[in-house]
Amino acid sequence: MALEKQLELGDREERVRKQTAVYVYEAPLRLWHWVTVFCILTLSITGYFIGSPLPSVPGEASDNFLMGYIRFAHFSAGYILAIAFIGRIYWAFVGNNHSRELFIVPVWRAKWWSEVWHEVRWYLFMAKTPKKYIGHNPLGQLAMFCFFVIGNTFMILTGFALYGEGQGAGSWADQMFGWVIPLVGQSQDVHTLHHLGMWYIIIFVMTHVYVAVREDIMSRQSLISTMIGGWRMFKDDKPD
Amino acid sequence: MSQIETFYDVMRRQGITRRSLLKYSSLTAAALGLGPSFAPQIAHAMETKPRTPVVWLHGLECTCCSESFIRSAHPLVKDVVLSMISLDYDDTLMAAAGHQAEAALEQTLEKYKGEYILAVEGNPPLNEDGMFCIVGGKPFLDQLKHAAKNAKAVIAWGSCASWGCVQAARPNPTQAVPIHKVITDKPIIKVPGCPPIAEVMTGVITYMLTFGKIPELDRQGRPKMFYGQRIHDKCYRRPHFDAGQFVEHWDDENARKGYCLYKVGCKGPTTYNACSTVRWNEGTSFPIQAGHGCIGCSEDGFWDKGSFYDRLTNIKQFGIEQNADEIGTAVAGGVGAAIAAHAAVSAIKRVASSSHKDQGEQDS
Repeated sequence: MALEKQLELGDREERVRKQTAVYVYEAPLRLWHWVTVFCILTLSITGYFIGSPLPSVPGEASDNFLMGYIRFAHFSAGYILAIAFIGRIYWAFVGNNHSRELFIVPVWRAKWWSEVWHEVRWYLFMAKTPKKYIGHNPLGQLAMFCFFVIGNTFMILTGFALYGEGQGAGSWADQMFGWVIPLVGQSQDVHTLHHLGMWYIIIFVMTHVYVAVREDIMSRQSLISTMIGGWRMFKDDKPD
Repeated sequence: MSQIETFYDVMRRQGITRRSLLKYSSLTAAALGLGPSFAPQIAHAMETKPRTPVVWLHGLECTCCSESFIRSAHPLVKDVVLSMISLDYDDTLMAAAGHQAEAALEQTLEKYKGEYILAVEGNPPLNEDGMFCIVGGKPFLDQLKHAAKNAKAVIAWGSCASWGCVQAARPNPTQAVPIHKVITDKPIIKVPGCPPIAEVMTGVITYMLTFGKIPELDRQGRPKMFYGQRIHDKCYRRPHFDAGQFVEHWDDENARKGYCLYKVGCKGPTTYNACSTVRWNEGTSFPIQAGHGCIGCSEDGFWDKGSFYDRLTNIKQFGIEQNADEIGTAVAGGVGAAIAAHAAVSAIKRVASSSHKDQGEQDS
């Protein structure tokens, strides 16, 4: 309650004095998170097997459609990922303050940069104690933007440009995203970058999962359960 | 302009019968994907329209475009189109040579000002003021600019004129550039390929002569009717791709069965051309039908995209030369190792700090 009062008073620094559970991630945002997890998993696996196909299947071509199914799964997951991302952008407008953290990184605030630095020191074992955060910690927020928002946007653009090649000239995907191909060079270059983008996202996922688990154990607030139930719990009553 | 003869006049002079003209018209209509109703339209245009002069220039090139062109599938196509266009200027194919040839060019440029189509095979080198390619005692660069000045439209024959091709490949000592870097004020129709397919070349010219306008182009300036789809989209081996049946090695059983060449580096999925529909040498075959993957010769910078058997471009930054997946695997492995190390240190630190509990949270 004390916290909410502080927020109402316009304290932008969101200092957490007491152990209070705060509702951070609203239901649509949590749904989006887990849908995206499912999509990235599907897209990475199927995408890898489109680039480096499985051993050949025996029998007549008319009896098999393995690559077709793998590509179908890839394209479907791509559609879901992109539509969910559009929904996520919409939620940044209508959701709570934390729903905007992903897109609006306050790089113009000196205080925020000093907290980024603190987090860097925390991860380098130079700071003994982490700070409390209701939303993302500043370093996490920066990483989220650089890896996820940019990476995801890049994959959607290149992905639908490549999809448009298969759909053919004049298809909606070609009309909306076809410009990506001459911008980059030619089709093969877009393929190359789309492959690189997958690894960029995979590296993000690895780091993201590790940090979430580590913070859940070592930081002073809940992490993983927050993305399931939406509530941020704090482990101590000490000031931030 | 009244004394300019029609296409039909030219054909009759060449001994081509009206029946042959009609056959040619229906064949061309089919090649352009226009449907049977357009055949009379083409014939009518040929009979009534004054012949459009074409000037054909050669820059840095290997003449493979010309070689391809004179091997058009239907002999009639060659006779008709070639006889119509070589009359004006083509230093490789015309009878005149030397000063006479240059005089013929000047005459054509002057007589058909703003009416002629400029076809360019090869490209200009810019280094040393264009001295790496001299035509008629002058840099080709000058001839190209001069001829382009009053052209109605420009056709870029082949990958050289369209993209730069081999002479523009790294390190490109002569600074060869595609013609659109030099000619910036005219519509350019790119007909890439090394060489382009003969029927595609004659098809593009015939379309322009018949309808008096340039064909519909895609974003990169290629005629949609021939470059609207990838080799992969119309490949007769595509069912094997969708089924997941691939040639794993060049000499394996799957190669004998004619499976998809994707895994041995076929660039069909990234190459826009008409090979899988029009094919080559009177529709006899095309690379994939002969058992070899597409090397992507009609794509921008195909010499610089790694080997002919790579479907991903090698990344050469930071002194490494690997493809995206190799780099990705290595980096992901590195990040994984770093995470493991970080986790280990975190665990040790945690154990160490819990052993002396009195450590406070003075840090903040």
